[in-house]
Formats: sequence, structure tokens, C-alpha cells
Amino acid sequence: MTKADIVENVYEKVGGFSKKEAAEIVETVFDTIKETLERGEKIKISGFGNFVVRDKNARAGRNPQTGQEITISARRVLTFKPSQVLKNVLND
Amino acid sequence: MTKSDLIDVLCETQKVPKGRAELLVHVIFDSMEASLKRGERIEIRGFGSFEIRNYRPYEGRNPRTGVTVSVRPKRLPFFKVGKELKERVNAGAGAAAVKSAERAGAKRAPVAVSEGDSSAEATPTGASRATA
Repeated sequence: MTKADIVENVYEKVGGFSKKEAAEIVETVFDTIKETLERGEKIKISGFGNFVVRDKNARAGRNPQTGQEITISARRVLTFKPSQVLKNVLND
Repeated sequence: MTKSDLIDVLCETQKVPKGRAELLVHVIFDSMEASLKRGERIEIRGFGSFEIRNYRPYEGRNPRTGVTVSVRPKRLPFFKVGKELKERVNAGAGAAAVKSAERAGAKRAPVAVSEGDSSAEATPTGASRATA
């Protein structure tokens, strides 16, 4: 499934929008999510899951190809935790 | 930000009545859920991808009591962040570090804060210090 399929779904299931408008709406939703996460704020979608921004400290790592030791710099990463509801849906 | 905040944003920016905005956001996430339930992969350019991983049954342990329990086979969704969003999230941390350095009255030297370095100290020499 791609963004185009989501747009198609919105267009079919929610009447009253053109395809172009449906595409704009889907775009707005993902842009809003991205901007929020960029600010370091989390996104909670009940029934689906949470997107959480986490700060990682620098740590020692190793280049798996050469075995050379390197320092992995401190960074901010995004993690997704699926909701219990979604997990149940996938397993019944 | 929660789903209802997202609905409010849609209301304001797209000039959609609240009820419609609610329906729109629900349809978006419901269609993603349905896709995952079919075992499909979801790929949203610039955002990330979701995929289903299948787990075989295994013998696990209750970490508190140490009692062995059998874990049934299960399917779990995994999210892999896309390149664009990954970079933007990490850059957000850098911007915050630069801001806090500026607030601390550091001189306007080109601040060489390495990406994601949120530990930029608020010392006057902080800005001129070369980061490793």
C-alpha cells in the first residue's frame, strides 16, 4: 500500500471530495505528523499506535564489515509503538 | 499531539467541518490497519514504511517469576522511518542544541555542533570549542 492507495480509499469512502482534494488532505495529515515529530513532540493515534522521538547518547560501535571501532554520535530517533488494539486486530 | 489534535488541524487548514475531518482521519488509519491485517507492506514516501513480522511460537519466561510459558505465534507491525523524516527528526535535535547555546549568550561564531549533539554546554567557550 502506498500513499496513492490511501488517497483512493479516502476518495471512495468519504464522499464529496475530488481526487485532488483527497490527495491534499492525506498530504496535510502526513505533513502535520512530520512537523510535529520534527519538533520532538510525540504523536498518539489511539487504536493504531504512538510515534515517539527519543534522544540517544553517543555510544561505542563497530563497523560490521571491517570490525573497526567507531563512536556512534548522539542522535535523535523516531520509534513506533503499536497499540494493543492494533496488535489484537492483527492476531485474531 | 493526538488523533483529535490532528483532526483539529485538518479542520482549520483544509476548511473541513469537524465531523468530516474526523471521518477523514479515521478512514486514513483504518485503511492502513486493514492493509496490515492483509499482511501487506505500507510505504509512505518521506515518512516511512510499515511491515508485518511473523513470530513463530517459542518458550518464554515470565521475567518476574521465572515461570516458563509458551508464547503462541504472533504477527507484529514494524515501522521503519524514512530517510527524509529520519534526517528531519535528527536535525530538530541539532536546532534545539544551537538555540540553547545562543540563549546562554555564546558568541556568534559559526557553531560547529555535530548533528544530534544536544549536550552543547552553556559555557562561554562552548561555541568556539571544536566538536570531535
